[in-house]
This record gives sequence, structure tokens and C-alpha cells, in this order.
Amino acid sequence: MPADIESLKKLSMSLEDYGRIVEALGREPNPTELYIFSAMWSEHCGYRHSRRLIKEHLRPPGGNAGLVWIGDWGIAFKVESHNHPCAVEPFQGAATGIGGIIRDVIAMGARPIALLDSLHFSRPGSRIYEGVISGISVYGNSIGVPTVGGEVRFEPQFELNPLVNVMAVGLVKRGELRTNQARGVGNSIVLLGSKTGRDGLHGASFASRELHTEVDERPSVQVGDPFTEKKLIEATLEISRLKSLISIQDMGAAGILSSTTEMAASGGLGLDLFLDQVPLREEGMEPWEILLSESQERMAFVVEKEKEEDLRRIAEKWELDFARIGVLTSREEFRVFYGGELVASLPLSLVVNAPDLSQEMERLYPTSSKIAFWSGRVREPLLALLSHPTIASKKPVYEKYDYGVRGKTVKPPGADAAVLHLEGKKGIALTLGGNSRYTALNPREGTKAVLFEACANIISSGGRPLGVTNCLNFGNRLRGRNNC
Amino acid sequence: MKAAVVVFPGTNCDSETFEALERSGFQAAYVWHDWASLEEFDLVVLPGGFSYGDYLRPGAIARFSPVMNSVEKYLSQKRGMVLGICNGFQVLLEDGLLPGAMMRNECGHFICRPVALKVENSPVFAQIKKRLILYIAHSDGRYIAPPEAIKRMEEENRILLRYEENPNGATDSIAAIANENFSVIGMMPHPERSTASYHPNLDGLEIFQAIRRWLYACRY
Repeated sequence: MPADIESLKKLSMSLEDYGRIVEALGREPNPTELYIFSAMWSEHCGYRHSRRLIKEHLRPPGGNAGLVWIGDWGIAFKVESHNHPCAVEPFQGAATGIGGIIRDVIAMGARPIALLDSLHFSRPGSRIYEGVISGISVYGNSIGVPTVGGEVRFEPQFELNPLVNVMAVGLVKRGELRTNQARGVGNSIVLLGSKTGRDGLHGASFASRELHTEVDERPSVQVGDPFTEKKLIEATLEISRLKSLISIQDMGAAGILSSTTEMAASGGLGLDLFLDQVPLREEGMEPWEILLSESQERMAFVVEKEKEEDLRRIAEKWELDFARIGVLTSREEFRVFYGGELVASLPLSLVVNAPDLSQEMERLYPTSSKIAFWSGRVREPLLALLSHPTIASKKPVYEKYDYGVRGKTVKPPGADAAVLHLEGKKGIALTLGGNSRYTALNPREGTKAVLFEACANIISSGGRPLGVTNCLNFGNRLRGRNNC
Repeated sequence: MKAAVVVFPGTNCDSETFEALERSGFQAAYVWHDWASLEEFDLVVLPGGFSYGDYLRPGAIARFSPVMNSVEKYLSQKRGMVLGICNGFQVLLEDGLLPGAMMRNECGHFICRPVALKVENSPVFAQIKKRLILYIAHSDGRYIAPPEAIKRMEEENRILLRYEENPNGATDSIAAIANENFSVIGMMPHPERSTASYHPNLDGLEIFQAIRRWLYACRY
């Protein structure tokens, strides 16, 4: 496809990237293939500016979420942001943010047991504030996972770009842990959950773009259905105990495309996808639309060939759509078939390894910690602090969340850390927070302070810090000074 | 004594209700919503949650579930008692097994908090001699019924629990009611969340144990 700058712009793809694709393929990509790259090479899917830093500084254990062990129980935990969707459509943005992070946890075979939210708004009562909190309330309460903690902060900077970070925690028994690593040529790739529609097309490239005003971007935000999610949780946990099951991957950004290619690539295999098999919500969908759709409440599985029936039975019990949509191949190749035609044929490693742009990051963020002066008065500054909504009680927020469902909540929200009962005399202490003022003034020291505060919260609740995860929300450095 | 915990798609208080029943001396079992017979059980519990996503209205779809036919048969055979908690209460109202209906909370949103409850004079809860603190967690807990129905329930001692401070705008602060022969009970608070040593209190055990004593007394 001879690409012009305008159509590349629509795909949020740079001319340099297009050149790289043509060079690697030795030909022009066809339209379906170009869409595949636009999603898989987006910042959102490819972590192109941060991948090198992540590899240098962390050794993540792999899989969809972090994991620590308490006796024979694995505690899976992960935090993810949904800032852009919440800026555009706060209710659905927050709801689908929860849905997505929950699916990361069930992809490990873990039962979700807690949610925490770190929320940054401009002021209480704003449209975004109301929408996000009711989105968390409606979706989180319906799926039966208690929202047990987190934080709500207010700074004028978050007027148009709120920060909505959600952490999900899951529990998995030793021996029942699942990964996304596919194996076995000829094994089947299976899709479970909702039908696929046109919702959330370009979500991945959308999330990597800057939002300046409240522009009309609604079609890129997905719509959540907590009832289907609840059924998907139960069905996935039943499936994860099947002997014939090989791997699980949630469907988030770039839907079928990223979930299936990630599984195959992590097993060093290739894959063929048959898009005619995907249950669709609407007619006339293009192959790229089926691949990139971010319709919510779907999971991908790899199962031993001819054992698909095991999954179908569970899908039928929970009244979820089910389809065998692909097969693992020995070639390191990603092929897509639709209407009997081969619509895309690409080297898998090229698709899943977006070019690293992190070498561009040379300039350090400015640090500007200034010495603060104290006037010597106590009363007025103290009253001003206590009346600031960031410090005031968050009861009006957390009373909208069901923090007691599952019956394991020992310390409800409002304390330093939430505490959940595990077994016998063991419990889990959880906290989530990020002081954006500290990190804006001095990223290095501010981040240390955030980590210190998290540990202090755990310790003062009687816990011993076992594991840490994070979700870092930056402005676009290419756009000048970080606006958070 | 055997207790069934009915699970609809969307039910989410099943595991803690199961555990609470076991702690209260029942032998509990899960019953999937397509279950045909409940005869073996002395108590059938419809737990809290969002059956069928609470789409249309809370409980409005679950009442058409096959297990509700079994519940009606179970009651007509006078086999035992049916207890609906939160969403279960809403299902019982939709099914017409209890009088009245649930409306959206007066404040318009979901509320999760511990509330103080006055135990009214009724045969089932007669031996509970203290006020109870139990959790509520609902969006649609504003109980309403015609004045004559309320009056009749009052006269027949069928209003079981009242909120000390009305959290949702329920008529006469009603939190729990029973049918004419006390074989069907509906309550909005969650007794199952106050039954373990790691819970804030054990007031929920009072509820389940009172029901167990009542079942013995009735020789169900």
C-alpha cells in the first residue's frame, strides 16, 4: 500500500516506522498489515520509550502480573492506568480499566480478591471525578471484587488529564499458576467471552496520543459489561484447572491481534488466525477491524488440539461465546486468513518487537526542589491543609465501593493499608499511592518517598513488605516539560 | 441441618455465605441456578450479588430462573425456610414471595457501610436480645410497600429488622421482613460479613443461629 503522510497520521504511525517496515519486509505492507503494525508498534503495546529502561532496571518474573508467595498461596498483583479513556468518557473509561486489569490477574489462573485505585483529579465534584468514581462503583461492585483501598488526590493540573490507576490482586494456589506461554505446534487458539464489535478500534494508538482538549474521541473508548466479566472470571478459573489447557492471555489493547501474537511469540512459535471463526457483533467488519477490536470481556486460550470441547462445555455453562480462531505453527510467521484468502503474512518477531525508541531519551527531567519557608504560624496553615480535599476523609468515595464482598476484608478503606484475611492467622496488607507533587518536583527523591510511604503503610498495618509493582504516568517528553 | 446456597450467574456473595452457614452449624452446599430439586435442604439461601447483572431491575430476570420454580415447590411442600439476602431479597420480592418492592436508594448511589439494626419482636428473631451492627452494600435498598401491607406485617410481627438510622430511605426504616408463616425471610443487610473472628463483629452469627433454632422449633 503506497502510504501517504495523511493516512499514516491517521494511524499515529511515523514515516520512519513505515520505512522500517518496508525495509524489513522488502515490500510495501498491504492495508491489513499496516493496521497490524500501527497497533503493535504503538507506544501502548510496544513500550517503545521505556522498554530499555524496564529491561535495565527490573527483572520482571514474566507473565501478566507480578507474583509473591505466602506459603502455598501466590499473590498476583498488577497496576495499570486508564487515563486517556477516562479523560474522554470517565464512566466507561474507569469501568473498562477495571475489567482489563482483572483479566490480567485471571490470566494467571488467580481469583481476583481486591481492587485499589489511585485517582488524581482537579477537584471534587468535577465531571471526570463523578464519572470515574461511579464507573468504578458500578463495574467493581457488580463483578464481586472488593475495592479495598487506594488514594484520591486533587491538583488543578489534572483538569483535562486525570490519572486513573487501578491495581488488581489475585490469589492462586501453588501448582495452579498459569502463564501466557504457548507450546505445541498444531494446538488450538481459542477465544472466549463477548462477541467482537467495532468498539475501541485504534484504542492502542489512541492511548499513545496526547489529549489537549475535550475533543470528540468517543468511538475509541470501549463499553464495559460487568455481568459478562463476572461470568468470564468464573469460566476462566474453571478452564485454568483443565489439564488440556496450555496458556491464557487476556485481550486488552489491540485485542485478538496482540493477545494471540504475544502467546505464540513467547513460546517461540508462529500462528495462523482464521478471522471467519470470530463471533461478531456487527456485519461487514473488515479483517483489520476484527484483529484490532478492543471489545471488552474476552480472553484467549491455547488448548491441546482436539480438546477444545473441554472449553466449550464451560463456555456453554456460563453462556459465553466460544470459537477456535487459530492454530500454532512451527514457522515464526504470523498469517491471517479471512474469506478463504491470506490477508496478512508477516514475520512474527517483526510484529511483536516494535523498534526501541528509548535511546532518544537523553535529557533528564529537571529537578527543582526549592526550600520552603515557614512563617511560624500554625493555625491557618493547619486549617488550610486539613480542609484540602486531598487530606480530607475519602468516605464519600469509598462508601460507593463494595469493600466487604467476599467476606475477607479485615481493615476496610480509610486505614493506612487495607488488610485481607488469607488463612488461619495470615493476612495480606495492600496499599497503592503516588504523590505526584513530590515526583514532579524531584523525580528521583519523589519516587523514593512514594516507595517509602507505601512500605510505611504496610508496616504500620502489621505487614511485612513482600513485593512492589508500579505504573508510571508521564507526559510526552517530546512535547516539552512534563505537565504532571 | 443442610443449607443450599443458590448461585445465579452474577451472584457474588456465594463463598462468604457458604462459609458463614458452616460457621453457624449448617452443612452448606452450592446449588447452580438450573437445579431441579431442593428437597434435601432445610434452608435455602439466595445470596447477594448482581444476578444476571441486575439488568432491567435487580432480581427481575433471576425470578425466571429454573431454580425459582424449585423454590416455589419447596415452599408449597412446607419443606423448610428460604432466606434472601440483599439481591436474594430483591429476587424474592420480584417473585412475589414477599410483599413490596425495592427502589433506588434515596441518595441515588451505592452505599457500603456498617449500620445499626433494631431487632423487632418476631418469633424468628425473638431470642436475639441486642442491637446488631451489620454491613449493607446496595444501590436498590429502599423498601416500599402499601400502607395496609406494612400495617398488616406490623400486626403479625413480620417486620424483623429496622435501621436505627435509615441509610436508604426505606419505608418505616424496614431492613428485613418475613411472609405470613415465616417460611420466607428477606433482609438487605449482609449477616455473612459478620461471622468470622477477623470480621468487625459476630452479629451475623446471631441471625443464622436464630434461623437454625427456629427451624428446629418448627421441626422442618
